Amino acid sequence: MTASGWFQIALYLLVIFLIAKPVGIFLARVFNREKTFLDPFLRPVEKLVYRLCGVDETREMRWTEYAVAMLLFSGVSMALLYLIERTQKWLPLDPQKLPNVPPFLAFGTAASFTTNTNWQAYGGETTMSYLTQMAGLAYHNFASAAVGIVLAIVLIRGIARKETDKLGNFWVDVTRCLLWVLLPVCFVAALVLVSQGVIQNFHPYPSAQLISPHSVQATGANGKTTIRKITEQVIPEGPVASQEAIKEFGTNGGGFFNANSAHPFENPTPFSNLLEMVLIFAIPSGLTYTLGRMTGSQRHGWAVWAAMAFLFLAAVTTAYWAESQGNPLFHGVDQKASAIQPGGNMEGKEVRFGDADSVLFAAVTTDASCGAVNSMFDSYTPLGGMVPLVNIMLGEVVFGGVGAGLYGMLVFVILAVFIAGLMVGRTPEYLGKKIESYDVKMAMLAVLILTFTILGFSAISVVEPFGTASISNPGPHGLTQVLYAYTSSAGNNGSAFAGLEANTPWYNTSTAVAQLLGRFFMIIPILAIAGSLASKKIVPESSGTFPVTGALFSTLLVSTIVIVGALTFFPALSLGPILEHLMMLAGKMF
Amino acid sequence: MNKMARRGERSLTDRKIMTRAIADSFRKLHPKAMAKNPVMFVVEVGAVLTTVQLIWNAFHHGGGVGFGFQITVWLWFTVLFANFAEAMAEGRGKAQAETLRKARTETPARRLLKDGSTEAVVSTALRAGDLVLVSAGEFIPGDGEVVEGVASVDESAITGESAPVIREAGGDRSAVTGGTRVLSDEIRVQITSNPGETFLDRMIGLVEGASRKKTPNEIALNILLAGLTIIFLLAVVTLEPFAVYSGAPQNLFVLISLLVCLIPTTIGGLLSAIGIAGMDRLIRRNVIALSGRAVEAAGDVDVLLLDKTGTITLGNRQATAFFPCPGVEEVELARTAQLASLADETPEGRSIVVLAKERYGLRGQELAQHNPTFIPFSAQTRMSGVDLDALQIRKGAPDAISRHVAARGNPVPEAAQRAVRDISSEGGTPLLVAADGRLLGAVALTDIVKGGIHERFEQLRAMGIRTVMITGDNPLTAAFIARQAGVDDFLAEAKPEDKMALIRSEQAKGKLVAMTGDGTNDAPALAQADVGVAMNTGTQAAKEAGNMVDLDSNPTKLIEIVEIGKQLLITRGALTTFSVANDVAKYFAIIPAMFAAAFPQLEVLNVMHLASPESAVLSAVIFNALIIVALIPLALRGVRYRPVGAAALLKRNLLIYGLGGIIAPFIGIKLIDMLVTHLRIV
Repeated sequence: MTASGWFQIALYLLVIFLIAKPVGIFLARVFNREKTFLDPFLRPVEKLVYRLCGVDETREMRWTEYAVAMLLFSGVSMALLYLIERTQKWLPLDPQKLPNVPPFLAFGTAASFTTNTNWQAYGGETTMSYLTQMAGLAYHNFASAAVGIVLAIVLIRGIARKETDKLGNFWVDVTRCLLWVLLPVCFVAALVLVSQGVIQNFHPYPSAQLISPHSVQATGANGKTTIRKITEQVIPEGPVASQEAIKEFGTNGGGFFNANSAHPFENPTPFSNLLEMVLIFAIPSGLTYTLGRMTGSQRHGWAVWAAMAFLFLAAVTTAYWAESQGNPLFHGVDQKASAIQPGGNMEGKEVRFGDADSVLFAAVTTDASCGAVNSMFDSYTPLGGMVPLVNIMLGEVVFGGVGAGLYGMLVFVILAVFIAGLMVGRTPEYLGKKIESYDVKMAMLAVLILTFTILGFSAISVVEPFGTASISNPGPHGLTQVLYAYTSSAGNNGSAFAGLEANTPWYNTSTAVAQLLGRFFMIIPILAIAGSLASKKIVPESSGTFPVTGALFSTLLVSTIVIVGALTFFPALSLGPILEHLMMLAGKMF
Repeated sequence: MNKMARRGERSLTDRKIMTRAIADSFRKLHPKAMAKNPVMFVVEVGAVLTTVQLIWNAFHHGGGVGFGFQITVWLWFTVLFANFAEAMAEGRGKAQAETLRKARTETPARRLLKDGSTEAVVSTALRAGDLVLVSAGEFIPGDGEVVEGVASVDESAITGESAPVIREAGGDRSAVTGGTRVLSDEIRVQITSNPGETFLDRMIGLVEGASRKKTPNEIALNILLAGLTIIFLLAVVTLEPFAVYSGAPQNLFVLISLLVCLIPTTIGGLLSAIGIAGMDRLIRRNVIALSGRAVEAAGDVDVLLLDKTGTITLGNRQATAFFPCPGVEEVELARTAQLASLADETPEGRSIVVLAKERYGLRGQELAQHNPTFIPFSAQTRMSGVDLDALQIRKGAPDAISRHVAARGNPVPEAAQRAVRDISSEGGTPLLVAADGRLLGAVALTDIVKGGIHERFEQLRAMGIRTVMITGDNPLTAAFIARQAGVDDFLAEAKPEDKMALIRSEQAKGKLVAMTGDGTNDAPALAQADVGVAMNTGTQAAKEAGNMVDLDSNPTKLIEIVEIGKQLLITRGALTTFSVANDVAKYFAIIPAMFAAAFPQLEVLNVMHLASPESAVLSAVIFNALIIVALIPLALRGVRYRPVGAAALLKRNLLIYGLGGIIAPFIGIKLIDMLVTHLRIV
C-alpha cells in the first residue's frame, strides 16, 4: 500500500461526496417535474414524445399499474434485443460479417442487458455487430438504467407521500430520466472519453503487422500438434465511446470489448479511469441526497450515505490490503510497490492502473451493480477476490446500481428499523410510516429471492456434472467461480470472476433465470412496499420517534447489512475464498 | 396498593404454576400447536429427524450413539424450553381465571315480571333486557345497569378491592357486574348481556389467553422470523452440496444442529410468552385489556387526553384560604362559611367545613339550638346557606352574592372584589360569604395538583408524548392549572363533542390518542380513541366503548398503561436483536467444527478454541437451548423501561442486546465447552 494509492482512493471518495448534493437536487427536480436549466431544450422534445406515444403526462399510476407498465416495457425491449441478435447477419452495420448469435447465448444476453446485469458469456468484438452493440445493447444500457432509477424514485415517493395510491407515471418518469439525466450526461462524458483516446467509429477491424512475430503451438482436431507463426494482429474497433459512457453512468458494465475497462480503447488513461469510476457512483451517491430532499429529512439521506461510504471504505481497504500483500508462494517475484515497481502486485492488473486503482475500480464496480472491470478478479489473492464477491452478496447496496442500490438499501433500512425499532418502545416506523406485516413480508421476499437464487443455483452447479464441467480450477477456487457467477447474476452485477466457462446451455440459461429473478422478483416486492407506504398516514416526529439520522442509525444500518449478508453467505464463503486463503498460507494453491 | 402487592407476590417460581407449565410444555409438542410458531416448528421437525436417524443408527450400526444422542436430547429440550416459557406466561393467567370462574357459578335470581311480582330463575336463564331485583346479601346474576335504587356492592371478586363501592341508578356509576354481591339495600337491575358473553366471561377468556389473537406487530415479527428461518434453511441445505463438492460431506446431526443454532429460536421461543406477560402485567395492575392490539397501541400513543379532575388534580376543588373583608375577623368568616356549608354535601362544601376546623378548631356544634333551615343550592339563585334564628347566612358565586348584598343596600368592598379577581387569576374559584346581607369575605376553592404529576408529565414529554388536559373550567383557570401541572396543552370548557373533535383532529395528523372516561357521554370518544380506558365504576356504555377497563377506576393509570405497552414492545425488540446477534458466535463454533477434519487450516476460525468438533457443536446447541430458559424471567418481567428519549433508549438497548448479543454466546459456548469436556460427555 502506498501513499499515492491512498491519495487516489481518498480523492475519489471526496469527489463522490461533493457531487452527491448537486446530482441529488437535480434528480429531485427532474422527477418532481420542477424547472431545470435544460427545460427550454427538452420540454418540446418531451411533449412530442408524449404526443407520439399517447401518454397523458398528468395521469399518475398505482403501484400495480406501474409494475405492469415496467414489465411490459422490459419484456418488449428484451424480445427486441433477442430479435436483433438473432438476425444481425442480415442487418446493416456489420463490417466484420459476424454470424447471428446462437439462441442460448442470445437469450442469456437479452436477459442480461434487460436486467441491467450485462453478464457477458461472449467477447463483444467477436460476437456482436455494431448495430447490435448500439441499437441492441447500448439501448438497453439506457433503458434498464432508467427503469432502475425510476423505481428508486417511486419508492422514495412511497415514503414521502401519504394516504394516496398514486406513485407517478412510469412512461413520464422513464422519458424524463432519459432526456434530462442519462442522455445529456452521457453525451458530454462520451466526448471527454474521446479526448482521452476512447475510439468512436464504424470501421472494419484493421490488421497490424507485429513488430516481433511469435509462434504458438496448437493441437488440431486430428490430435496433431502444429506450430503457427503469428505475424499480424486484428485490432477490433467500433463505436466505443458512446457505449462506454452509459456503461458506467447506468452501472451496466457490459464492455464493448471482452477485456472491458481493462482495454485501452475503453479506458485509456488514469484520468478516464477516474472519470469512469465517478460516473458509476454519481447517480447512486446523488440518490441518497434525493431521498433526503424528497422525504424532507436531509439528515436521513446523509446517514444512508455515511453507511454506504463506511462499507465502501471497508471493502476498498480490505481488497487493497489483500492485494498489496501479494501471493506468499511466489518466490523471486517482486510484488511490493516501490520506486522501480510502482504497480506492486500486478497479477491480473493493467500497468496503466496498478494495484490501488485496480482494487478501487473492483470495489466500485461491485458495490454498484456495474460489473465493468479494469482487472481480473480470478487472478486476485483469495481475500482480494472475496471482496467483490461479498460486495455483491450484501445486495449491492453500497451506493449500488443506479436506483437498484438505493431501493436495495431501503429494504435493509426497513429491516433495521423493524428489528431495532421496537427497542424504543413503539411499533416500528420509518420517517413517520408504520412498518407493518405487509411491508416486512415484501422486504423479506426481496432478501429471500437473492439468497435463494445465489445459493440454490450454486449448490446445483457444484454437484451436477453440467455445472462442474465448466469449472477451470479445482477446490475452493472453483467453488468461488461458481458462487461468483450466480452472485453476479442474481445481483445484476454482470462482472465475471473469469475462469468459468459460462457459454454453455446450463450456465446461459440458469444465469439468465438468476438475472431475471434477481431483477424482477426484487422489483415487484419493492413496488409493493412503495404502494403500501404511500397509502399510510405520516406519524409526526417526536422525541419518542426512532431516529433514522446520525451515527447511531448509520451504525445500526451497517450492522444489519453485515449480519444479514454475512450470516447468510458465511458457510459458502468459508469453503470458498476463506478456505483458499488459509490453504494458500499453508502452501497450497489452486 | 395492597392488592397490587397481593397479586404481585405470585412469584415466578410459584410451584403450582411451574408444575402445570412443565406438563403443558409436553402437551404443546403436538405438531398442530407447534405449527403456529414457524421457528420452533422447524426445531421440532429437526428433532424428529435426528431421533429417526438415531434409531436407524442404533439398529444398523449398533452402539456409538453418544454424540447423536446428546444432540437429539438437546434439540428436544430446545422445543420444550420454548413451550415451557409460553406455559409459564399462560400459567399466571390461568390461575387467575380459576379465581374468576368461581364467581361465575350459577346463582339464583329474581326476575321481575310485568305485573311487578318476581319469579325465581337461575342466572343462566337471564337474557339481555330482563329486569331483576337484587337485595342485600344476594349476588348480582349478570352484567347490567341499575335502573332503580342505590346499593353498596362488594366487587372484590373482580377487582380484588375489598372496600365496597356504591352503585346507583342514573349517572355514571350505574353499571354492575355479574358475580358481585350486594351488601346493603335493594336495586333493580336491567340485564345487558346474555350468558356466556358477560364481562366476567370475557375477562376469563382474556386472562386465560383462550381468546388471545396475535397482535399486528406480533404477526409482522413472526413474518420476519419465518423469513430468517427460510434464509438459514437455504444456507444450511445448500451447505451440504458445497461440502460434498469440497470433499467433506456432513452428517445429519451436525447440519440440523447448525440450522437450529442459526434460526432465531431465542425470540421464536419467547415471543408469545412476551405478549402474554404484557397482558398479565396489565392485569396485575387491575387493568383488563380487551385486546392485545390495544396494549401495543398503548406503546405507540402520541397524545394523552387526561381529565383534569382525579387525574391531574386531587378529586374536586378544595377550600384553601379565607379572605375576610376589612373589619371582619378571619375566624368569623371561617365560622360563618362553615355554618353555611354544614348541610352542603358537595365535596367543595365539605372542604370548607374541614378547612375551618383545621384552621380554627371550629366544629359548628351550636347549630341545633338555633332552629336551622337549610337553603339548598338552586340554579336560579346560585346560592346556598342556612337560616338560623335571626341570622341569614348565604354563600355562592361572586355575582350572585354581590346582588344579594346590594339588594340589602350594603356595599361590596373593593378588597373583596380584589380577592375575587386574585383567586380567579390563580386558577381558583372564589365564593363569597354574607351574613344578613353584609359581605364577610371570600373563600378560595382551589384545585390541588397531585404531587409528582409535574415530573410524570416531564417524563412523558421525554418519551415524545403530548399531554392534553380536558376540563370544564374556564380558559383562565384551565391555563393556570395546565401551567402548574406542566401539561402541554388544555381543552377548556370542554363538552363531550369537543373531546371527540380533538381526538379526530389529532388522529387526522397521524397521531395515536389515549384517553380515559366513565360517563355514557364519553362512550363515543372512548370508541374513537386508539386506547380508550373505561373506568370500572363507569356506565356499561363506556365500558363497552373502550378497549381497556381499569378495575381500580384510577385515571392516572393511563400513564402506567402506556409504559407497559412500551415495555412490551421493547422486550420484543431487545430479544429479537439479541437472538439475531447470537448467530455470529455460533458460526465460529460450528463451521470450523464441521470442516476441521477435512481442512485443518479452518481451525483458525475456531477462535474460542473449543476442545473438539463434537464438543463445539454440542456446546452451541446447549447454549442455544439454555439461553431460552435463562431469558424466561426477562421475557415475563419485561425489559425495564426508562422514560428517556428514543435516541438514548436505542443506544442503550443496542449496546446491551445488540453488542451483548454478539459477545455473550462466545463466553457462554466456551464455558459450556469446558464443562462438557471436563465431564467427558463427548
